[in-house]
Amino acid sequence: MGRISILTCLLLVTVTAVMAQTKKPAVAAGRLAKGQALYKQHCMSCHQENGSGVPRMNPPLIKTEYVLGDKNRLIGVLLKGLNEEVEINGDYYSNPMPSQAALKDEEIADILTYVRSSFGNKASAVAPADVKKVRATIQ
Amino acid sequence: MYKMSKLLLMATLAVANLTVASANTSGPDDPKPVKPDANNAGLKLPAGFGALVVADGLGRARHIAVTSKGDIYVKLDRAKDGKGIIFLEDSNGDGKSDKQTGFGNFGGTGIYVKGDYLYASSNTDVYRYKLDAAQKITDTQNPENIVTGLINRRQHESKSLVLDDAGNLYVNVGAYSNSCQEKDRTAGSMGMQPCPILDSAGGIWQFKADKAGQHYGDGVRYATGLRNVVGLDWNKQQNQLFVMQHGRDQLHDLFPALFTEKQSADLPAECLYAVKQGSDCGWPYIYYDPYLKKKMLAPEYGGDGKKTGGDNAEDPLVAFPAHMAPNGLLFYTGTQFPEKYRNGAFIAFHGSWNRSPENQAGYYVVFVPFKNGKPSGDWEVFADGFAGTAAVKYPGDAQHRPCGLAQGPDGSLYVSDDVKGTIYRIVYKK
Repeated sequence: MGRISILTCLLLVTVTAVMAQTKKPAVAAGRLAKGQALYKQHCMSCHQENGSGVPRMNPPLIKTEYVLGDKNRLIGVLLKGLNEEVEINGDYYSNPMPSQAALKDEEIADILTYVRSSFGNKASAVAPADVKKVRATIQ
Repeated sequence: MYKMSKLLLMATLAVANLTVASANTSGPDDPKPVKPDANNAGLKLPAGFGALVVADGLGRARHIAVTSKGDIYVKLDRAKDGKGIIFLEDSNGDGKSDKQTGFGNFGGTGIYVKGDYLYASSNTDVYRYKLDAAQKITDTQNPENIVTGLINRRQHESKSLVLDDAGNLYVNVGAYSNSCQEKDRTAGSMGMQPCPILDSAGGIWQFKADKAGQHYGDGVRYATGLRNVVGLDWNKQQNQLFVMQHGRDQLHDLFPALFTEKQSADLPAECLYAVKQGSDCGWPYIYYDPYLKKKMLAPEYGGDGKKTGGDNAEDPLVAFPAHMAPNGLLFYTGTQFPEKYRNGAFIAFHGSWNRSPENQAGYYVVFVPFKNGKPSGDWEVFADGFAGTAAVKYPGDAQHRPCGLAQGPDGSLYVSDDVKGTIYRIVYKK
């Protein structure tokens, strides 16, 4: 009897937690799937399928300030590329990041939304309008 | 007369050697073999071989040099607390380092002992330190700056180096590019024609080993068309420079209409070249297909996976599987290992990263038998198990990655690891 009520409580808590999560600004499953497909096509060989990167060469995308922090900076890295000395969690990476400016605003938004909510990351979604805004500031 | 005196000198040296060998009853010069670790340092080796961990936790240990006394200089990728070179000593001769000191406030990869000097490189410069009779450095603060101002644009930055027996220094200057595209690593971007990178990078430069302050203008572009060489060695038998090239990446990512993911994982070969002054190994215009056994025109220059190219480019001596990243090359001149290993080549493969979604490859040391300066049989895996996992799905999973190779005075083979900074010593147990 006691065991069942504990189970029921746990179940209730879980359901509530799940409901609470789904109340957050929802990322449509379709966008995540698109983001994942685009990630595989444009990002995976360097950053790896699980976002772990390559030691000394290509930075990891797992719980780093670059990924979780300022959205606009992250969008800028994709649009402009990055070829400068960057320290991430005490390590340095030598390969250049090529510009992905040829991708559409929506595609970049989908990729970044996927990256920011995968590999253990939990950060807000990126909207195509966010990308558009940053793109407008780049010559 | 010259020959006579040379003979006399050799005889004297031989006697001196004998005296030294018999005089030593303990310490690192002791010919008594060291004891391998019970688990052979976690390595899988051919029958009769054993291994021990000499030192651990050094950081990103790139190349290594072992002195005639058996002490070890380790070049770190980044200086730690102002120390970019670690000196390992073994006072009781058990093969385990029991004293570590450091100096040299610069990170880098290259390190090599030649005569009375230790040569070491940052990613732009080459320095040398004077060694005393015990091959130790008395003045670690004031090295001579032999070469300065080599190009470093971060990608392929390692200035690996080796010396010949005629007073020359050979330095790799890797191309700061994957395939000389107008936009590096950008899908569909075509190659620059001619590739302007080759003026100052993408080759091996030769400098005088004993002249300070040399720049490009003082050196010779000895061999070109080499995308990035981390492992290189001077073959004393052939009196010739041998290099291992890191082949290009991302054929599928950059030209998805021409190459499948599978082709991209399997192409191109990682190649061993024997070079001489003026050699052109073909980068960026061609790559080597190990299945067709042909030099292929790169897609950036009009290739499609079928068109051949590079008629004047060198052919590789050995073509290894793609992307395995050869970071160390050593011709074995010792006598501790059995006959088959003598004068053959050991190659440390750092391990691949751009074979996904397949498992990665490499993360081992291979051996290529040589006869009269030419490969005389198929290559084989010599030491495996560095990664600590049966299959490496992601490069970050590898616990250790082989990087540098060196031979000890007793013929032991040393391997450095640039993940955790483990120094391995491989011995033959007889």
